[in-house]
Amino acid sequence: MTVETVSDAPALRAGGVTKRFGRREALRGVSFEAAAGEVVAVIGPNGAGKTTLLSILAGIRTPTEGTVSRPPREIGWVPQQPAVYGKLSVAENLRLFARLERVADPDAAVARMLAQTGLADRADDELGVLSGGNRQRVNIAVGLLADPPVLLLDEPSSSLDPRQRERLWEFIGALAAGGTSIVFSTHNVGEAERYADRVLVLADGEVLFTGTPRALEEVVGGDHRDFEAAFVRFLHERGH
Amino acid sequence: MRWLFLKDLQILRRSPFLVVLLVAYPVIIAVLIGLALSRGPDKPKVAFVNEVPPGDSSLQIGSQKIDASRYASELFKAVDPIRVATRAEAIAKVRSGEALGALVVPADITRKLQDAINLSGAQDPPTLEVIYNIEDPIKAQIVESTIKARLADANTALSRQLTRLAGRYLDILLRGGSFSLLGQRFDVLGLQRSKATLDVIARRLPPGSPDARAILSVSQFAGLAIDNLDLSDQVLASVNQPLRVRRTVLQGRRTPLDRFAVAVSVTISLMFVTVLLAAGMLALEREEHAFSRLVRGLVGRLALLGEKLVLSAVCAFAVTLVMLCGIGLFVNLDWGRFGFWVAALAAGAVAFGAMGVAMGALAREVRAASLLAILVALPIAFLALVPAGAVTSSLYDVIRFVSALFPFRAALDAIGGALNAGGPGLGAALAHLAVLTAAYLALARAALRRFA
Repeated sequence: MTVETVSDAPALRAGGVTKRFGRREALRGVSFEAAAGEVVAVIGPNGAGKTTLLSILAGIRTPTEGTVSRPPREIGWVPQQPAVYGKLSVAENLRLFARLERVADPDAAVARMLAQTGLADRADDELGVLSGGNRQRVNIAVGLLADPPVLLLDEPSSSLDPRQRERLWEFIGALAAGGTSIVFSTHNVGEAERYADRVLVLADGEVLFTGTPRALEEVVGGDHRDFEAAFVRFLHERGH
Repeated sequence: MRWLFLKDLQILRRSPFLVVLLVAYPVIIAVLIGLALSRGPDKPKVAFVNEVPPGDSSLQIGSQKIDASRYASELFKAVDPIRVATRAEAIAKVRSGEALGALVVPADITRKLQDAINLSGAQDPPTLEVIYNIEDPIKAQIVESTIKARLADANTALSRQLTRLAGRYLDILLRGGSFSLLGQRFDVLGLQRSKATLDVIARRLPPGSPDARAILSVSQFAGLAIDNLDLSDQVLASVNQPLRVRRTVLQGRRTPLDRFAVAVSVTISLMFVTVLLAAGMLALEREEHAFSRLVRGLVGRLALLGEKLVLSAVCAFAVTLVMLCGIGLFVNLDWGRFGFWVAALAAGAVAFGAMGVAMGALAREVRAASLLAILVALPIAFLALVPAGAVTSSLYDVIRFVSALFPFRAALDAIGGALNAGGPGLGAALAHLAVLTAAYLALARAALRRFA
């Protein structure tokens, strides 16, 4: 993988990212940019390549071809399922990952994230006894320990109830307002419409559309009150 | 890596049931297998060569004639004999593994036994030959203990005959009579008659007057009595053990069975603790979904494997060293070789750790990794313990090849060599373990890339 030098324009840029698994092409020349403080939703049908794209941006997989503008260390990563240890407490998990991230002051970073996620009173509780929503908050907190300029989230709300989802998006909105670029994948196109500044539509490893949710509705001439219907029609018109 | 290591120790500390199970299960299995190994089959197959010419197997003990072959039939109650004509055939049977050992009765055994019974003064005692292939200490122990037990029975039966003969000599010395010694026939006055003669002479002779014939008779008896008393040590030695055994080793170095059982027990414990821990802790990273987070620049894949390997090896090394020291309180181990114990356990732990991380890399979750570890480790251990004679030689070659691909056999050889100076070569076993460690680490790395 080639890592470009960071310029002062986009917070994250992917150029011509291609990924092949044997003879199968999971991603075909995907390019996009995310500005500082922008929230970008990656949407598409199952098998479109959403998780593969995010895992390449996060540095978990290497692309067969293409570039990503930032190294993994400068990008926060929040996988779909909480990637934390159930036998460790909230604070121990945060401290462990802060040390592994080589954060200058791990204890200060832990305290900051406990305050930011509202989990200070659960700091000594083992992860195994927390609710799914709280585990996901710790999961996001781990991704933010190094205070990255870009945060990637893979289907962050999939295991949460509506109230927990609400709190999650409030938290993400606050991060974006603070200048952090957010790129998330989701199956819930309603969330993409509500919370994303821009959507990236992927199907069969190709980028079919990039723009605001409103622009996607206009492309298909659909009803502005039903983004999901517009999205389905968009895919149908392009043979998906 | 240090923080991951401490994290894993913390997780283990908070999983006491798992840790107890992880340590207790292998130790119990190992002790049971060790106990089972210290017992052999009821009737081992033994090649039997009788070189005594037909019709030349009888012994004369006093006036009684005994057929020595009846002692052989006593032996056959304890072994399953394979009768062969020559010593070379017997050796071939042992080498091929068809027989666990061979017993050779030499052609001169009857003559030597007769000489011993006759107190001929011959220096060469009657000796049977037992041939072992002690490459496998279990087999050697079975043959050795069986032959020893049967030989003790034969010696008891013979000594009963000799005791009867010695009693007859003593009776002659007491009451008088005749007997043959070294081809000469002697008439013995006997102590009772000598006393009577001396009493009569003493009464007839005037004080101070010698009677030459009576004195000569008494003198001859006294000389014979002295000579026979001189022979009493040899008589007792013959009564004690008329038959001797000469042991012939075909190949291999000797490891006492108790130490071999200890080596097997410790190796099994080492294998289970290390493999289960390494496989489980690596699989845990994936089960907790932390793996993807770790390998995106926080920890290299090889470093992650190394951390799990070190963790499992250190824990298993500590457990098995304590276990070995505990066993050493009850079993006679050579504490002077403690340094070798440490080297063998450490090398074995590292190799098993490498095998464990390879399994952990192949499995996605802890339960699958643990199951895979047990499913692979148990058959490999049992294969490595199959003795040479239990299967055909070609199948045994296949077993040896398969065993060489896994660390159990090499670790067993290393620990056996460490426990016993006469055991398998320690250096070769350690080199074998080093090669296996590198190979399994490479396999684990490839598996992580492929399946993660």
